[in-house]
Amino acid sequence: MGTKRHFRVWRGDSAGGEIQDYDVEVNEGEVVLDIIHRLQATQAPDLACRWNCKAGKCGSCSMEINGMPRLGCMTRMSTFEEQETVTITPLRTFPVIRDLVTDVTFNYQKARETPAFAPPAGVAPGQYRMQQVDVERSQEFRKCIECFLCQNTCHVVRDHEENKNAFSGPRVFIRAAELDMHPLDARSDRKEHAQAHQGLGYCNITKCCTEVCPEHIKITDNAIIPMKERVVDRRFDPLVWLGRKIFRRDELENQPAHTAAGPGSGSMAPSTSTGVTGVAAGTPFSSARQPEGPPVRSDGRMDVAEMVLPHQGGPSPFGDDQNFPLPPGHFTYNHPAPEKDDKH
Amino acid sequence: MTTRIERHHYDVVVIGAGGAGLRAAIEARLAGKRTAIISKSLFGKAHTVMAEGGAAAAMGNVNSRDNWMVHFRDTMRGGKFLNNFRMAELHAKEAPERIWELETYGALFDRTKDGKISQRNFGGHEYPRLAHVGDRTGLELIRTLQQKIVSLQQEDFAETGNYEAKIRVFAETTITELLLDGDRIAGAFGYYRESGEFILLEAPAVVLATGGVGRSYKVTSNSWEYTGDGHALALRAGATLINMEFLQFHPTGMVWPPSVKGILVTESVRGDGGVLRNSDGKRFMFDYVPDVFRKQYAETEEEADRWYTDPDNNRRPPELLPRDEVARAINSEVKAGRGTPAGGVYLDVSSRMPAEVIIRRLPSMHHQFKELADVDITKEPMEVGPTCHYVMGGVEVEPDSTAAFGRVAGLFAAGEVSGGMHGSNRLGGNSLSDLLVFGKRAGEHAASYADGLSRRPKVSTADVEAAVDTALAPLQRQSGENPYTLQQDLQAVMGDLVGIIRRAGELTDALKRLQELKLRVANVGATGGRRYNPGWHLAIDLRNMLIVSECTAKAALEREESRGGHTREDYPAMDPQWRRVNLVCSLDDDGDVHLERKPLPTMRPELIGLFDRAELAKYLTDDELAGFDALAETEAK
Repeated sequence: MGTKRHFRVWRGDSAGGEIQDYDVEVNEGEVVLDIIHRLQATQAPDLACRWNCKAGKCGSCSMEINGMPRLGCMTRMSTFEEQETVTITPLRTFPVIRDLVTDVTFNYQKARETPAFAPPAGVAPGQYRMQQVDVERSQEFRKCIECFLCQNTCHVVRDHEENKNAFSGPRVFIRAAELDMHPLDARSDRKEHAQAHQGLGYCNITKCCTEVCPEHIKITDNAIIPMKERVVDRRFDPLVWLGRKIFRRDELENQPAHTAAGPGSGSMAPSTSTGVTGVAAGTPFSSARQPEGPPVRSDGRMDVAEMVLPHQGGPSPFGDDQNFPLPPGHFTYNHPAPEKDDKH
Repeated sequence: MTTRIERHHYDVVVIGAGGAGLRAAIEARLAGKRTAIISKSLFGKAHTVMAEGGAAAAMGNVNSRDNWMVHFRDTMRGGKFLNNFRMAELHAKEAPERIWELETYGALFDRTKDGKISQRNFGGHEYPRLAHVGDRTGLELIRTLQQKIVSLQQEDFAETGNYEAKIRVFAETTITELLLDGDRIAGAFGYYRESGEFILLEAPAVVLATGGVGRSYKVTSNSWEYTGDGHALALRAGATLINMEFLQFHPTGMVWPPSVKGILVTESVRGDGGVLRNSDGKRFMFDYVPDVFRKQYAETEEEADRWYTDPDNNRRPPELLPRDEVARAINSEVKAGRGTPAGGVYLDVSSRMPAEVIIRRLPSMHHQFKELADVDITKEPMEVGPTCHYVMGGVEVEPDSTAAFGRVAGLFAAGEVSGGMHGSNRLGGNSLSDLLVFGKRAGEHAASYADGLSRRPKVSTADVEAAVDTALAPLQRQSGENPYTLQQDLQAVMGDLVGIIRRAGELTDALKRLQELKLRVANVGATGGRRYNPGWHLAIDLRNMLIVSECTAKAALEREESRGGHTREDYPAMDPQWRRVNLVCSLDDDGDVHLERKPLPTMRPELIGLFDRAELAKYLTDDELAGFDALAETEAK
């Protein structure tokens, strides 16, 4: 009935691991998660992999398939070439627990630091009145199944452990946007909070998160950009903007957030003083990757024509010549594990 | 061997982080109790997210004539009057408050024109009643409750500097044993899936909210977590299960390809012209029209086909017979060897309508199968068969407090794991409201039970050691039998012999095979270590699946009638005498399932007075009807 196909699956734990080769039967109409289940039932009973609903509704089976962050249950085998080798690796941005299972505590930690819905005072349960057109904007973000593929893809934290402290990530930004756009939420400082405490400014709108979202939520266009625009509305008037163009950076008092984190400075104060999770636990806040501004001329001034630069924001961490998905077969994979180096 | 065990102390431990569990935890925390939530998966991934339709609550936003009494009637009708009337009453009365409360937690339901919560029609509900958010209401519910818990944690953080001071979520943790002090709950023992390390939670009150049992079936819409853990934990702790013979099956779930196995194919596919064929290509439903329906259904394919365009002058195609008739027919074809290779039959719309008509009429079906399985329903037939998706039976509880019956105190149950509320069949939309109403009650009563204790029950060391040994046993039998094979064998027994249509002979056979499986499961092995080892986890879960399957098979053999989610081919009719009986399972001292009959509680006069005599006559015995008449007479005077 089925044909044997070649799979490469990363096996290992926090101490390290490697890609292992398997030949597995594949039947018509199967998805990658079916293959993993067959592997478990036949060759590798202890292969660790999260899954629940198997229908694209719970967001558990997030993994990287041929280098592309995807849900295992939503990736059909028929999308690969007949002879194509399929390589399955764990989410790269989070510490590995075992095999394809990673420690996603980071996301829950950041969610917990996001102020909850504030019910309107004096409105009794049952008396909430909202128009459909007004709830629809927030409803788009509430489609989120928390697969954390956006968090995994976001290059602000992918391979940049040091940014995890100050940066909450796309999943949390759509939550902030959802509450900001909630017709009855009683708080009015959602955008300022996202800018000051969640690292919204780190996002340079490369839209990678939108691209990997299995729910097709327009994370960048509908949540992040509106949040940024509104913050800008409030924080800058045109004269201030012009000032930033004319003066050298060191003449400006409003420095990037990480240098001036005092309360009320409107900056992105880190929410805690040390790293929160996994390999980053206890890591002091670092500014190794700062929010990237536009390039400056040799005299230290910005080019007034920055708007016409080919790239909006900073360059892609993968390089501009890198296309996804990566070609199948023999690419290597090392899960980032900083503490391993410390042992030597 | 010494084993490290992490110890915690809580007032209330909630096992299960779906809708019922989270709602219970919120209530216990609001009552000031230190509360632990045990989640088998990550926080927020519970099976509740699969619920699409909505949450039924008689708010009357769309039709103001709706009220709790109408909802109560619909629920009793749906359950064929076997429901625990008090649970159905509480559910109907309290559901609206529970829904409105969710809005104060931040939920965003779809709205009516005047800005209220919109409500949609659903099978069995007299008025539009289901609060909904598109087709992802379950997700909205889970996310809302999850975020409410986070918000409570933020309050605790502001007060104490610790998010987990009062309420903590133990993600990816499985409870394997409840620990007792005499007949009182003293704690719960389990392991972290991530590390394989053991955990002991000492607590006087435990709320079970573990969901259902569908994983014991070959074709199911349920996730891997649905292994009947709560049912089995309750049994082993001395509680009882009721109505275990009642499982909800859908006649046309996908059986192939595997990527969509268990996903339901809506009935409208048949209503719009889809036909069922066996592997010989024969449209077999014509052979299965029962005599009582003979007059309403077409006898030839030509007449059936004319019905779609001219329903006034032709009779309906037999594909549109009631659900159980269709299921029975599919079942018979497969058993006669005329099924598809995957054990279903073909449901074909592709040869019946042009592609653009299919896409226009069934857009979401077309999209779903294209996206998930690359099956183009405009080009090829679907392979369908009966699919298990809900268990009506569960822990027998006291309706007001949700406290488990039996000989154990301090145990509460809510949601799918509890029994009685839905009787023999659950209405769509009643599960989401059920878990809110009884989740809240469970949390509230678990908290007040903990308050009322003069002394905290103590966990005995011997019990903990025994629990450790049981949990580690599969790992010490590295050469034992493969747990995945055992699970497949169990699923085959339940799917083939205790499935949607049951016969005495097959049920007896099933019980014999379950005994054989019991011996094999006692020898199950798991390779590898303790760290996130799914093989080991399954080996531990098998024990629960087996014992719950035995309850279902035993009760199904005992109940000699067909009602709701229990269809006996050898007893095809509903029998009023059986309506008065609940089948109750417990464990005897040897760990074997013991079954007994227990009378159903009698409905209060003002509740039974809500029904027409003509309707009651379909369900009640002559004696009961005489009682009803006498009651009506005194009322009239």
